[in-house]
Amino acid sequence: MHTLPQQLANGLFLGSMYGLIAIGYTMVYGIVQLINFAHGEIFMTGGFGALTVYLYVLPDGTSMWIALPAMLIGGGLVSVLIAVGAERFAYRPLRGAPRLAPLITAIGLSLALQQAVFNWYPDAKTDRNFPQLAFGPWHLGSISIQSGSVFVIIAAPLCMAALAFFVRLSRTGRAMQATAQDPDTAQLMGIDTNRIIVIAFAIGGFFAAVAAVAYGLRYGQIKYDMGFQMGLKAFTAAVLGGIGNIYGAMIGGLVLGLAETMATSYIDNIPGMQQLGGGGWSSVWAFVLLILVLLFRPQGLVGERVADRA
Amino acid sequence: MRHRSLVILTSVLTTGALTLTACGSRNDNKGGGSSGKTEVIIGVDAPLTGQNSATGLGIQGGVQVAVDDANKNNLVPGVTFKVQALDDKAIPASGQQNATQLVNNDKVLGVVGPLNSGVATQMQQVFATANLVEISPSNTAPELTQGKNWQTKKVRPFKTYFRTATTDALQGGFAADYAYNTLKKKNVFVVDDKQTYGAGLAKLFTAGFTKAGGKVAGTDHVNTGDTDFSALVTKIKNSKADLVYYGGQYDESEKLTKQLKDGGAKVPLFGGDGMFSDTYIQTAGKTAEGDLATSVGQPVDTLASAQDFIKKYKAAGLKGDYGTYGGYSYDAATAIIKAIGNVVKDGKIPSDARAQIVDQVGKTKFDGVAGPVAFDQYGDTTNKQLTVYQVTNGKWKAVKSGTFNG
Repeated sequence: MHTLPQQLANGLFLGSMYGLIAIGYTMVYGIVQLINFAHGEIFMTGGFGALTVYLYVLPDGTSMWIALPAMLIGGGLVSVLIAVGAERFAYRPLRGAPRLAPLITAIGLSLALQQAVFNWYPDAKTDRNFPQLAFGPWHLGSISIQSGSVFVIIAAPLCMAALAFFVRLSRTGRAMQATAQDPDTAQLMGIDTNRIIVIAFAIGGFFAAVAAVAYGLRYGQIKYDMGFQMGLKAFTAAVLGGIGNIYGAMIGGLVLGLAETMATSYIDNIPGMQQLGGGGWSSVWAFVLLILVLLFRPQGLVGERVADRA
Repeated sequence: MRHRSLVILTSVLTTGALTLTACGSRNDNKGGGSSGKTEVIIGVDAPLTGQNSATGLGIQGGVQVAVDDANKNNLVPGVTFKVQALDDKAIPASGQQNATQLVNNDKVLGVVGPLNSGVATQMQQVFATANLVEISPSNTAPELTQGKNWQTKKVRPFKTYFRTATTDALQGGFAADYAYNTLKKKNVFVVDDKQTYGAGLAKLFTAGFTKAGGKVAGTDHVNTGDTDFSALVTKIKNSKADLVYYGGQYDESEKLTKQLKDGGAKVPLFGGDGMFSDTYIQTAGKTAEGDLATSVGQPVDTLASAQDFIKKYKAAGLKGDYGTYGGYSYDAATAIIKAIGNVVKDGKIPSDARAQIVDQVGKTKFDGVAGPVAFDQYGDTTNKQLTVYQVTNGKWKAVKSGTFNG
């Protein structure tokens, strides 16, 4: 079991990425009760946005210390623009429509974005290499941390803390809470709900871009279809934590990441479970966990029980 | 039952649509066919986009060069050859649809493909029913030619299926032999992707390696499309293995090797021809250094017989990786073209042309780009050459070639 600290770290890195993406699902759902299935693709375009900044905007050989903030801004800008654009042109016209209509729109948008990158981004038909941070693995007791993972463990808590402060303390944040609780009353109280919805999409988009940069740094490549699997997992994380709750999204992400890692590492050591363990079964166990949680706490780990939702 | 009627309806509609289009193009030919030659199509099925597409495009390119050659040299008088390449995206169901589409086009007299063994299993029956010859340049799963129980009793399941690649039965054993006897590795961690190709390869490697006296430090499986292997890497590191064997494609192994080396496990990754691709090195970068792969045949770059082919491939500006299967695809297409030459005289296609071509392909014997081309009673190539490649200075370098008979 002496691999446990390393496996916990692996799970935390993976889970932080899920959590960052899950924020986007959960914020949008909390405010407009829409499952934005295009969010995985917003994550993907953020990665390509950051790559574009590195490859085509910055001069060759720029130090990663300068490039990284620029890539975050560039990737964030692309993701935010696409998220806000999707809200304005795809979802807003359907706001009064039955819930199925925006859902199908989201799936369509997701395919459209994926195909757009696939067809029009240079060499995007296979993996594109992502620039790497050039400093060696760090050792912390028995844990070794790669340069690519350092970014996510710093960025994820920072983003979360900033978001928590923003939602709790700022005027706009409180307006968001009000809109989530009761959009009609919030509007009567003088809150511009349209603006709040746009802000929710924008924050989700920016977090997705941060996650995409983390993904690129950690795995070394980005790909046009990377949003599908990551989006699905992040959505699962959001549901696991309690959809609509931003803390739930982060917790759900971490739990999911840890569950997958633990399933890969330890289940096949249990006598009689050899066939059911290992990397090939990690997603299965993650979903078993989801089902178990939903059986006993349908509202998710930290979600509130709301009768008219989900 | 509802499903079945839907399938029937779909196939009827597809057939109808195809027949209509076929009629249309035939009329066009009459109008504009100044050369007066009969058009014959060589079908290609391979992944042309997405996963494995670099290798897939190499197959398409290899066939294209063969067809261009045949047309230029007037290999079959009265016939102009054309390539129709369909994209299976490495998905078995797409492969089956493509097979149906090719079978329903009367002008298609032979098909080269697919790339993936898993896709082939879904296509064989379609071709067999229509008596259309299919030659794969790259399928290596033994059961495709020798039946499900190939280890005990070899039975050829489909007489229309041939291949110019040798089988995993040899690749896995060849790799095990090299790992144990040449690399002196004693403790291996075996990973596969649960697909027909990958799992089969891993099983055969394990069998060969333990028979030689090596030990298996651990096994695990991954899913195709997975990107995070950190938990697996920690497991491998902890197992103290001195070699990792991976049964699968480059899409996962290029990420696995990168995460393995970054994670501090300084052991080489050894795989089959599925990861023998330039994309593997491009993506994994420096971390690929020292990794190994077996591939069928001999590297076309080193073969004197292939120099002309490589020159033509490059001159035509074709995309994809000709190195792995381009030469075998050329040979596969040429075998079909030669067979057609024996059946189609003066541009007249007999009514049982497809059946006759299958027989003719079985009797093939010529010297191709990648070595002698001939098939045994199962449809397997008689050219059982294999090569071990190692990444040296950012390039696959052949380190050992040889024949292996299990």
